[in-house]
Amino acid sequence: MTTTLTAPRQQIQAGSDRSLSNRTSVGQTVRNTFTMAYRGLLKIRRTPEQLVDVTVQPILFTLMFTYIFGGAIAGDVVSYLPTIIPGILVQTVITTSVVTGVQLREDMDKGVFDRFRSLPIARIAPLSGALLADTVRYGIATTLTFAMGYAMGYRPEGGLGSVVLAGLLVIVCSWAVSWIFAFFGVIARTASSVQGISMIILFPLTFLSNAFVQPDTMPGWLQGFVNVNPVSHLVTAVRELTNNGVLGADAVISLVGAAVIVAVFAPLTVRAYMRKA
Amino acid sequence: MTHEWAVEAHGLVRTFGDNRAVDGVDLSIRTGSVYGVLGPNGAGKTTTISMLATLLRPDAGEARVFGHDVVREAQVVRQLIGVTGQYASVDETLSATENLVIFSRLLGLGRAEARRKAAELLETFGLTEAATRPLKNFSGGMRRRLDLAASLIAQPPLIFLDEPTTGLDPRTRAQMWDTIRELVATGSTVVLTTQYLDEADQLADRIAVIDRGRVVAEGTADELKDAVGNQSLQLGLVAAADLGSALDIVTTFGVPATTSPEARRITVPVTGPDEVTDLLVRLREARIAVDSISMDKPSLDEVFLTLTGHGVAADGEDDTAGTAAAGDVACPTTSTREEALR
Repeated sequence: MTTTLTAPRQQIQAGSDRSLSNRTSVGQTVRNTFTMAYRGLLKIRRTPEQLVDVTVQPILFTLMFTYIFGGAIAGDVVSYLPTIIPGILVQTVITTSVVTGVQLREDMDKGVFDRFRSLPIARIAPLSGALLADTVRYGIATTLTFAMGYAMGYRPEGGLGSVVLAGLLVIVCSWAVSWIFAFFGVIARTASSVQGISMIILFPLTFLSNAFVQPDTMPGWLQGFVNVNPVSHLVTAVRELTNNGVLGADAVISLVGAAVIVAVFAPLTVRAYMRKA
Repeated sequence: MTHEWAVEAHGLVRTFGDNRAVDGVDLSIRTGSVYGVLGPNGAGKTTTISMLATLLRPDAGEARVFGHDVVREAQVVRQLIGVTGQYASVDETLSATENLVIFSRLLGLGRAEARRKAAELLETFGLTEAATRPLKNFSGGMRRRLDLAASLIAQPPLIFLDEPTTGLDPRTRAQMWDTIRELVATGSTVVLTTQYLDEADQLADRIAVIDRGRVVAEGTADELKDAVGNQSLQLGLVAAADLGSALDIVTTFGVPATTSPEARRITVPVTGPDEVTDLLVRLREARIAVDSISMDKPSLDEVFLTLTGHGVAADGEDDTAGTAAAGDVACPTTSTREEALR
């Protein structure tokens, strides 16, 4: 192992001869984000065990919930599928977005983030790239949930196009929600505390919704919450798409909600990330 | 036109809670030079570098890199610097090539260009064979080299090396030194922090000695060494009672001696054997019995004793706790030496 530097002895360009800018352009921000997303994908490929949650959970939950509740709620398993598959889909994918925050926390504790901070790149890129790469995970979870449903006899009335559209809607909304957990990831001290905080928020949100049962079977006060819960709107939007092929008001509400979350949490997260430096 | 100063810092302050990690640091680093920042753990070296490298915002004071303010024009400064941290800041789960390609892409190189640059740097740093292996299996020296390679992608005119050789074996350390020398040959300005006097001596044109967040001395290696003497003489006395009179004699030579905690040993910076002979003769005349003598190169510890009047803090972040316990006492003449240096 020899380390003689047979380097090009050419002189480096002096600082004052370089063209320099104190601002990052939108184009550069997008390019940096995609490069960081590429890094995220490489990491997923190197550590495939990270994908356990998005592979096992959709299969396990779909099987469990459908066979447990199917007979009681809808009379038989197959007629429960149009209700439960969209519900499970939303629950699984949104739960997966917690992992984004946890992994971001772990990642930030490593020295490589110091280098990202010292590079002349868009400040948001290390975060937005990581979040973008994770849409691959949501895609896997979405595909597996639909595939499980299909295997159990689910035949969406809306057709394949609507199913794809529904899947994209869920992925986009989960990506938006992942900014919330990314924020926790940045401000939290440890990865396990991110997991803890996130689960406390996530469990009521996903279960106190129309994901598994019709809200009219619930007590009035609970119905009030369930009906305003954004998760309910997303579940309804997915049901309308997959079962009727309709892109309804709930889809619009979900997308607007997603946009609001990003508008609030993306700047908060970036600022917290910069301050943490 | 090139800027005369690569770094100009005035009164940099950074506090963490009650701890003033950096407490008014001034630095002027000439373009094209190698500048050593020497100090023990917790002295504020890394914090200073972090502020200069835009990783930390100063609480007070200001700093410029090639004339650009590190706070207001942070993004410009980032285009002019390369930073190699104390701990390798590369991606553990990825291979060496993947790391360099990603950094190159982030710096705006095209896909093919990034691959070529990565291959070129791996070749330069002797990492080609290990290019596709995950970093988990890399030795400490290989990681540092990769880390340095990553800092050089954009060929920055100013490179910060934060303790580049801490924890490396002597051979790898010597290789790192060669690499740093080559860097300077290409016209880069290098700022390196170190805990080792000999490292600063080997590489740096000028050295700032930093302690408890302050620059306590600044100058060329020779100037610093003059302050502590080229060599130091350790005298073991037979009787502790003779210590006072022995110190008196040493002081007449005009050098700042230090006594050890067990108080039977005196450490005296000396310029050469002649001075030792004179000193021993004087001790004999005064009938002070000497038990043992030995000669040493001045250690960082002695530089510190001489320049700061207290020893190197115990290993750890918090140096205020350690120094009080160090127990070494320096002669009053210390301060005059220190002033002469500034």
